[in-house]
Amino acid sequence: MNIHEYQAKQILKEYGVPVLDGYVASTTQEAVEAAKKLKSSVFVVKAQIHAGGRGKGGGVKIAKNFDEVYKYAKEILGMNLVTHQTGTKGKHVNLIYIESGAKIIKEFYFGITLDRFLEKPVIMASAEGGVEIEKLAEETPEKIFKLVIDPLFGLQEFQARNLAYKLGFNNNQVKQFVKFALAVYEAYMQKDANLVEINPLALIEDDKLIALDAKMSFDDNALYRNLDVAKMRDLSEEDSAEIEAAKYSLNYIKLSGNVGCMVNGAGLAMATMDIIKHKGGEPANFLDVGGGASPETVAKGMQIILEDKNVKALFINIFGGIVRCDRIANGIIEATQNINIDVPVIVRLDGTNAEEAAELLKKSGIKQLISAQDLNEGAEKAVEIVKKS
Amino acid sequence: MSILVNRDTKVIVQGFTGKEGSFHAQQCIEYGTNILGGVTPGKGGALHLNKPVFNSVEEAVKATGAELSLIFVPPAFAANSIMEAADAGIRLVVCITEGIPVKDMIMVKQFLKNKQCSLIGPNCPGIITADEAKIGIMPGFVFKKGRIGLISKSGTLTYEAANQIVNAGFGISTAIGIGGDPIIGYSFIDLLELFEKDEQTDAMVMIGEIGGDLEIKAAEYINNNIKKPVVAFIAGQTAPKGKRMGHAGAIIAGSKGTAKEKIDALKKAGVRVADSAAEIGLSLNEIKHILIKK
Repeated sequence: MNIHEYQAKQILKEYGVPVLDGYVASTTQEAVEAAKKLKSSVFVVKAQIHAGGRGKGGGVKIAKNFDEVYKYAKEILGMNLVTHQTGTKGKHVNLIYIESGAKIIKEFYFGITLDRFLEKPVIMASAEGGVEIEKLAEETPEKIFKLVIDPLFGLQEFQARNLAYKLGFNNNQVKQFVKFALAVYEAYMQKDANLVEINPLALIEDDKLIALDAKMSFDDNALYRNLDVAKMRDLSEEDSAEIEAAKYSLNYIKLSGNVGCMVNGAGLAMATMDIIKHKGGEPANFLDVGGGASPETVAKGMQIILEDKNVKALFINIFGGIVRCDRIANGIIEATQNINIDVPVIVRLDGTNAEEAAELLKKSGIKQLISAQDLNEGAEKAVEIVKKS
Repeated sequence: MSILVNRDTKVIVQGFTGKEGSFHAQQCIEYGTNILGGVTPGKGGALHLNKPVFNSVEEAVKATGAELSLIFVPPAFAANSIMEAADAGIRLVVCITEGIPVKDMIMVKQFLKNKQCSLIGPNCPGIITADEAKIGIMPGFVFKKGRIGLISKSGTLTYEAANQIVNAGFGISTAIGIGGDPIIGYSFIDLLELFEKDEQTDAMVMIGEIGGDLEIKAAEYINNNIKKPVVAFIAGQTAPKGKRMGHAGAIIAGSKGTAKEKIDALKKAGVRVADSAAEIGLSLNEIKHILIKK
C-alpha cells in the first residue's frame, strides 16, 4: 500500500525525523489558511498523488506570498497531473500540501528497502540527491553507497556514522544524519514498510538536515498490525474496478488490450496474458479468481472484465485442482443468465472434473461459449476472434 | 527416492484441525502420504481424522518421530509455527500459508540459520513425489510418475506444466512449488542441486516469474554446475512495471526483475526456454534425444 507524502512525513515525524512544517489542504481557502499558520515567508505548494516526478509535471510550486499560495493552489487542485510515473492519462489532484519553504544548499538521496536476495533490509544513500535512484544506479552506480543491515541487531550507530562520512558531511551534519538514519530505520521496521525514500534529504540554511520529500509504501500483509497506516489508504488513488474486484477476493489489474482473461492462479494468469500477446493479441487485464473460485466469483469476474468496453473476447482459462471444473462451468452458465454477455467467451477448463464441465457447457446451448481443448487452442481462438471483429 | 520426500516420510500437520488443514490433510492421507498426526495448541489429546492431535510440535515429534511438518496456520501466526517446527527438530517444513508479512519471514530465515531445518514456501502448493507422497494442496492425479523434476514459483501453472509433461510422454519424479513470496525457503538453486544428484531424475523443468532475481542466480548456477538438461518458462512478459501480479513477490521494481532479463540469462546458460506456457511439454520433447541417449 502506498501513502501520500504528507502522510509519510507525519509517520516519520513521530519517529523524530526532521521535516518542515506543513498542512494538507483540499480547497484554495484551506491552502491560504494553512500558509497563514506557517511561520514562513516562502511556501511550497505540492500536489499529493501517489507518483513521483511531481515537480517536473507542474505539481510543485514555490509561492512567495499568500496570493501566490492561492493562485498555485487553484492551479494544482483538480489538475490532471502527468508525470513519468502516472502514465499518459495522469492523476487527478485532490489534495495539496502547503509546506514552509527553505533554502536548499545541497540534496542527498536516502532510501531503505528489502534486498530480496540477501533477505535483509538495505540502506541506499547518495550525495547526488533529487534525481531518480534508478537513473543514478544505471549511470553512476559508484555514487550510491549500500549498507546491508543485520535484521537481528538493527542499524548500528557506527554504520550510520561511517555512511555519513562517505556522503561528505561535516561533524555537525554527521550527528544529525546518524539520528536521522536511525529514526527512518526504526519507522521502516516498526511499520512493516517495504520502501522508505527520502529524496531529497536536504541540507538547508543553518547547517540543518531535513527530509524534504518522503515516500513510503507498506507490506499489505502486515496492515492488520499497523492499523494507523491502514487508515491512510486513499481509495481515490486506486482503480475502482480493482477495488470492486478485491471485495470478491479477485485480483484484477486493468491493462490496455482487448482480450479479457479470467484465470485461476497468479502464475497461470500471467502466463495466459503472455500467450495472448505471443499469438499476436493484447491482453485487456490480469485476473486471478484465486484458489477458492466459486460460481459467484466466476460470475463477478466476468462482469468486471466485461465492464471494460475495449474487451472484444473473453478467454476463461482454468486448471482445476482443488477447484472443480464443473463448479466453474456452472458459474459461467449462471453468469450468462444474469449479465449481458455480448462478446465471444472462449472457455478452457482442464483438470479436476473437466469432462463433466465440458458436458455442462455443451448442454447449456449458450451460443457465446466457444470451447477450447488446451491453453494453446484457447489463446489462438481468442486472438483470432478479436482480429476479425 | 526422488528428492526430499517419499512414502515413508513421517509427516505431521500444523493447523491440523482448521478448515484448510483438515481438508488437505485428508486429501494427503488418501494419496498415501504417511501423516502421523497434527498440532493445534489447546486441542492436544484429541483424535482428528483418526490421528492424534498434539499441543506442540515438540510433543508430536516425540510421540511420532515426525521429520516433516506441513503448515496451514493463518498468516499472522505462521512464521511462529515455522520456527516452532524447526526448534523441535523437524528437518523439512512445507508452509502453504499465503500472506505472511515479509518482516516475519526475514526473522524466520535468520532463525533457520542455526537449525538443521529446510523450508519450502510459504505461499506455495507444496511438494509431491509421484505415487509416493503428496505434502501440499496440489491435485495428485496430474502428477504421473516419471523422471522429470519440476520446480515452480506458481500453483496452477505447476499443474499446467505437469499436465503438459505427462501429455508429452514424460512424467514427474518430484515436483516442488517454492512459492511466490519475496522471501522463501528453498530456491531454484537448492532444488536443482538435489535433482542433479538424484538418480531418478533425468531432466528438470523450472517455472519462474517476474520479480526478484532467483531465476538469474539459478541461470548462473546451471551454467556452472548442472549437467542434466533444463527446460524453463518465465511468466509475466506482459506484466506492467510496479504492479504486484497476484503473488506478493511478482513485481517489477524499477526496471529490475523483468521476464526478459530472466529469459535472456537462462538462454545464455543453455537452458531451453519455452516461448509460451503452452510449449513447456513441446520444449521437453525437443530435448528428448538427449534424454534417450542417457
